Amino acid sequence: MAQIVIRNLRKDFGAFNAVKSSTFTVEDGEFFMLLGPSGCGKTTTLRMIAGLELPTSGEIFIDGEEVSQRPASKRDIAFVFQMFALYPHMNVRRNISYPLVSQGMPRAQVQAKVAEVAGILGIESILDKPVGGLSGGDRQRVALGRAIVRDPKCFLMDEPLGALDAEFREHMSEELRALHDRMRATTVYVTHDQLEAMQMGDKIVVMNHGVVEQFGVPQQIYDWPATLFVATFIGSPPMNFLRFEGTVGRGTTEVALGEARFAMPALEEGAHGPLVLGVRPEHVALDDAAPYRGRVLATEYLGTTQIVTLDTSHGQIKARVRSDAPVRLGEATGLALDARTLSLFDAASGRALRSAANAEVLAHG
Amino acid sequence: MAEVSLHGVTKRFGAEVALSDVTLTVPDGAFVVLLGPTGAGKTTLLRIVSGLERPDAGEVRIGGQDVATLTPAQRNVAMVFQQYSLYPHLTVRENLAFPLKSPLLRTPTAEITRKVAEVAAMLQIAHKLDNKATALSGGEMQRVSIGRALVRRPTVYLMDEPLSSLDAKLRADLRVELKDIQAKSGATFLYVTHDQVEAMTMATHVGVLDHGRLVQFGTPREIYENPVSLYAASRLGQPRINLLPAGLFQCAPPQAATIGLRPEQIVQGEGEDSLVTRVEHLGDQTRLHLSFKNHDLISVTDAHTPLTPGDIVQIRPQRPFWFDATGARIA
Repeated sequence: MAQIVIRNLRKDFGAFNAVKSSTFTVEDGEFFMLLGPSGCGKTTTLRMIAGLELPTSGEIFIDGEEVSQRPASKRDIAFVFQMFALYPHMNVRRNISYPLVSQGMPRAQVQAKVAEVAGILGIESILDKPVGGLSGGDRQRVALGRAIVRDPKCFLMDEPLGALDAEFREHMSEELRALHDRMRATTVYVTHDQLEAMQMGDKIVVMNHGVVEQFGVPQQIYDWPATLFVATFIGSPPMNFLRFEGTVGRGTTEVALGEARFAMPALEEGAHGPLVLGVRPEHVALDDAAPYRGRVLATEYLGTTQIVTLDTSHGQIKARVRSDAPVRLGEATGLALDARTLSLFDAASGRALRSAANAEVLAHG
Repeated sequence: MAEVSLHGVTKRFGAEVALSDVTLTVPDGAFVVLLGPTGAGKTTLLRIVSGLERPDAGEVRIGGQDVATLTPAQRNVAMVFQQYSLYPHLTVRENLAFPLKSPLLRTPTAEITRKVAEVAAMLQIAHKLDNKATALSGGEMQRVSIGRALVRRPTVYLMDEPLSSLDAKLRADLRVELKDIQAKSGATFLYVTHDQVEAMTMATHVGVLDHGRLVQFGTPREIYENPVSLYAASRLGQPRINLLPAGLFQCAPPQAATIGLRPEQIVQGEGEDSLVTRVEHLGDQTRLHLSFKNHDLISVTDAHTPLTPGDIVQIRPQRPFWFDATGARIA
């Protein structure tokens, strides 16, 4: 298995710049997510790692070897597309053994290898069935088996669960992650679904318009987004933004939005002009005693919790509160923000200002 | 808009029963979501209301009128399919305006222009109005087909998984928009989905279908907090409800075969030992995968829990659901 290092990777298609200058590292054995909206360059990045596209400039190291200009066949990686690409005229066993047979591996060894992979995936009982009659889940397991059987240096997956319905997707994502926990194979996985990325990934790269916005551990990215884009893209509902004009400097521990004052982690850099105070919905508490006021516009019931949308003097805010909390439409209430969790952004650049709380996270990626 | 009611509707396709004696009322101005896995009969029910299929038995009324003899056009319903179907030779603007140009409606030109602009803005496709319908991405085409339904004032909107092909952000935006349109206009919606978040957040009522039978009908809260069966309980909840043999717990009532535990029905820190096998940080919450007496279960805990795999956590059920061997709720 392998470590993958991406350095200053760039890709142009004619005049269109798909990937600007990406730098990140996938450690050996990691489940690594490339996350972003459509057109952000995540699939192009994956295809460059695979060797299906050659970069315009920059380097790709797999286990210390620079491979950026090498063809796909010389990289020893396994690419898993939408998982249903199987040979329809072959049975399960022959589908899985095909990559080994075509490498000229001796038959006994192929048999042993296929048996091992079938054991890992729990598909021993269907080895001699034609692939035509299989359920969707089994077809995916067979496609995975064909990738695993070669013992590649890493797995690259491009939205493998994208075509599945919600219930089955959740089931397969758990199964994929459990499989990874058993095999510990380096995996790079492309998705536009932030929940899937949070749920499955050891690390996440968030991309937008060909630029790496942030790179790190899911919970840290969620807690301390480096940019307004990341704060919006990760989390559902996204981070709330309270926009205001102000001046802050090193050591500032409080911001004033009109009459209301909010304590926040001590800043380590300054900014002035249009600023944005960011707070996650679960860090907004409905508290009648709090001076910052809001009026309830809507509630969305989600079972364990409910999302309450409130109108305030600095725009709408969504709060995530327990579903048994009594909330009435039209009611006015105070809003308390958890001071330890707040982020402050420079509206012009979209960047988060460094503070005592987020400095460590922002320093790497 | 209008009330839609079904009485004793049954539909067979050969030997297969798609709908079995379904009685259901969609109140005027309600947003009813039909939930169920593939094959439960959701789409068949929509097609029967629209007039694309005829029931073998039973009655469909729209606005109090029996519509058995009416064609789909005469029923004046607007249907959005999972697979978009646009006029490929027309622009987005012409596709959106098309339903309003029907000779039955005689909409004035200024009104058409206003309506098309309003719907395009709502669906975030205003910048694509002059594109050919074929020069759009899949998500954009689906938005146009939703738009084509929304420009009209039908008796009822019938929607069959209209958001399933869109990406997550757009889906979230349109959930709020559709709910808003329904709340403001008082339109009646009958909406089919696999996606429980859509059901929870948009529906005024949820109908749970199981193999062609309507097994429960109520608000999302009623279905979540008071499910009639193991099947209904499994339709809603993320992470999904944990179902374990009732015998694992001392407090099981007689006849109970299965205990159902939603994350909030599991108290942590008291009770019996369970082993943490995986910790999933989702941002606002953290999911704990636990092994309890050799059974897997999933609970939810603080986002910044110090727990890691290998730790022991005590758990105890709190007001759980109990189901008998047939899956019916007994407590």
